[in-house]
Amino acid sequence: MIFLTRKAEFSSAHFYWNDQWSPEENQRVFGKCANRNGHGHNYTLEVTVAGEIDPVSGFVVDLKQLKDILEREVVSVYDHRHLNLEVPEFKAAIPTTENIAVAIWQRLNNKIPNAKLHRVRVYEMPDLFADYYGER
Amino acid sequence: MKAYLSRRYHFSASHRLHTEAYDEAKNHDVFGKCNNPHGHGHNYTVQVTLSGPIDATTGMVCNLAALDAFAQTNLLSRFDRTNLNTLGCFSDKVSTTENLSMEIYRIFQSFPAAHLERVHIEETSNNSFDFTGNQAPLAGTI
Repeated sequence: MIFLTRKAEFSSAHFYWNDQWSPEENQRVFGKCANRNGHGHNYTLEVTVAGEIDPVSGFVVDLKQLKDILEREVVSVYDHRHLNLEVPEFKAAIPTTENIAVAIWQRLNNKIPNAKLHRVRVYEMPDLFADYYGER
Repeated sequence: MKAYLSRRYHFSASHRLHTEAYDEAKNHDVFGKCNNPHGHGHNYTVQVTLSGPIDATTGMVCNLAALDAFAQTNLLSRFDRTNLNTLGCFSDKVSTTENLSMEIYRIFQSFPAAHLERVHIEETSNNSFDFTGNQAPLAGTI
């Protein structure tokens, strides 16, 4: 089994808000992230897939193909968008780094030929990232 | 859904690798330039990985502000701009980054809001250390 990781980047706006709570409670829990005008990040996505090396090509997966899948399924949907307002999965879920990792897992799972999705890592900033392994 | 959150903190400290169990020659032999009696220093990066279910109301494994406040009180205010050898936790241990990893793991185990998975410390850009307690690390996570 070999693990292969591909990076992609996207830049998006978001804010943290729970409609079930009062504005005061949102402010208390989410602090400056609750600013309804939003703010933004340069996100770095790392997708790790696991598989066996094809004896003919020497690849686990074709990197160009993986790049195209990441572009189609994630980057073209998230990049230069407002996650709360323009990305359907964040109508119901707050676009925290954790929820973004889960959402990207759901977008990519079973779409990568010949390999199993192993980990989705999302960096919101170099000092903060979330990992999701598909665990319930 | 179980997710893993990692946060990196930075502090600067001096230390000297030295043990009373060895004589001067053996300390020098084992620890080399790290045994310089005047000490030396590093910019340490501590990467803490916590896990837990994503809270449905907040979308978070744990509140980052609470984690940062915990780290400020229990990590940064205790270690930043110090000589590690003068701290109580190194009174009977060599201030290697292996021992530092175990001490910082012990500290973050008492953070109440999420389960501690791993402490990863970069002493320099070429040296890093991981401590996962008694858990086997997940494949491909380091």
